[in-house]
Amino acid sequence: MTALSATTSHHREPGLLARLSAGKTFPILVVVAAIVALWYVFAVYLNAPGQIDAYKRAGEEWSTAQLVRDTLAQERPVLPSPHQVVAEIWKTTFAIKPSSKRSLVYHGWITLSATLLGFAIGTLLGILIAVGIVHHRAMDKSVMPWVIASQTIPILAIAPMIIVVLNAIGLSGLLPKALISTYLSFFPVVVGMVKGLRSPEAIQLDLMHTYNSSATQTFWKLRWPSAMPYLFTSMKIAVAISLVGAIVGEMPTGAVAGLGARLLAGSYYGQTIQIWSALFAAAAIAATLVAIVGIAHRLVLKRMGMAA
Amino acid sequence: MTVHQPSMEGASVKPASQSVVQADGLGLTFQTNDGPVEALSNVDLTVGKGDFISFIGPSGCGKTTFLRVIADLEQPTAGTITVNGMTPRQAREHRAYGYVFQAAALYPWRTIEKNIALPLEIMGIGRAEQAERIARVLELVDLKGFGKKFPWQLSGGMQQRASIARALAFDADLLLMDEPFGALDEIVRDHLNEQLLKLWERTNKTICFVTHSIPEAVYLSTRIVVMSPRPGRVTDVIESTLPKERPLDIRESPEFLAIAHRVREGLRAGHSYEV
Repeated sequence: MTALSATTSHHREPGLLARLSAGKTFPILVVVAAIVALWYVFAVYLNAPGQIDAYKRAGEEWSTAQLVRDTLAQERPVLPSPHQVVAEIWKTTFAIKPSSKRSLVYHGWITLSATLLGFAIGTLLGILIAVGIVHHRAMDKSVMPWVIASQTIPILAIAPMIIVVLNAIGLSGLLPKALISTYLSFFPVVVGMVKGLRSPEAIQLDLMHTYNSSATQTFWKLRWPSAMPYLFTSMKIAVAISLVGAIVGEMPTGAVAGLGARLLAGSYYGQTIQIWSALFAAAAIAATLVAIVGIAHRLVLKRMGMAA
Repeated sequence: MTVHQPSMEGASVKPASQSVVQADGLGLTFQTNDGPVEALSNVDLTVGKGDFISFIGPSGCGKTTFLRVIADLEQPTAGTITVNGMTPRQAREHRAYGYVFQAAALYPWRTIEKNIALPLEIMGIGRAEQAERIARVLELVDLKGFGKKFPWQLSGGMQQRASIARALAFDADLLLMDEPFGALDEIVRDHLNEQLLKLWERTNKTICFVTHSIPEAVYLSTRIVVMSPRPGRVTDVIESTLPKERPLDIRESPEFLAIAHRVREGLRAGHSYEV
């Protein structure tokens, strides 16, 4: 029945196009195509003046087709074309040994390890602070304003100080960068978990009270499971912001490796293609991390019998 | 499995009104932003062992508050109250009562049997005994075979039955029920009322039952406490003359209607100054 060749075209199942447009795939593809097209237009527009200058200096004749071709293939374009960025990512990811200093995998891993460590510490710290705030009246009144104030300080200003201070007490390498990630990522976890740990209804808390349950029992049997959806939602934000923290931690501190260092080096030497490929690598890592947390979220809720 | 005797002798040779709840001049005033609100005023009441007592009255008459005072969920501001001869706090610490709320309040991340196990876990009862008790109470509320289901897979009536099973699981002699069937439709409610009576007969528990349905109160109770609002106080206590064996159609008997009439009169008397 479903074999396409056996039946006339009228009796076919909904075509590929129909199925795509019914789901999310088609709209997403349209938007991506539009962005790529727009990008090409801007690449030509922004790179053209430089290219024309180059023709003049060399005394060459040029046609429009040649101009377009050349603007999309410059070595140091103002705006690199998408295929140049893709080629650079491909080259530095797959064509070069991961141990090489020119490999994107090498730099990506440096940043990722700081991100993951910072995210882990930040999540743990966030949970601990939230537990304190929910269970301790004085902490409830005193800590939250500081937590909020901590996020009003520009991370770019405080990052070098953290690195310098920690260096002075003998800490260098991964941990200082991870702590900058921690600084950013603990915040959404605190806010989410305070809300989550307070989410049980009065009737559920009353029930525990009638059982003469201890605060610890109420925490593990009621507050903690109630907070799970909140925890994972804030962890999604925290993991993305951890990556930002790790990159920011690499930028003003003279780091020689990591996506942040790659961005900085690229801007020093006008290597725009390198900058863009580092940016895309960072975006891909962030998307992957958020997706992994999302999958963990679904798995945990499924095990708890609650539909995600 | 423990078998609950219908206890023929238990009914007749019952020790002469051993009091489970004893309230004297009980009062509770809430301090609100609009000034003090007298939720309970001068309530004297004795609940004997094995009684099925209903509290009935319009909203704001303090019937739920009274139940919450027994359960040590609210603190009285006047008078005295004892539960099993202890303060409500001590009684709670001795797990003297099971409480059934208006909503089932089952934890959505626990299966039905895990929900019933919750109080048992908190009380530190061993796994094997937990399983035995869960099986027993599931059978009591007619939910055998539903232990592995999650709450959302059950109807509202079944959820409320599961919450009753949870309250029965730790063998407290006193059952406090706060409008447990209020959110259910009439047909399910009738059925659950019938089941609850059978359960009460089999287990010999003392039950305090809050409701605002006159037929429900009359059908279930050995004694009906009529309350009136502002301030919440007891206006009438009616001893039921109905037999212990009560088929659903007893509700059309003249005896039943006479009691219902007296309850209605009591409610009206409490309300008259307002109308």
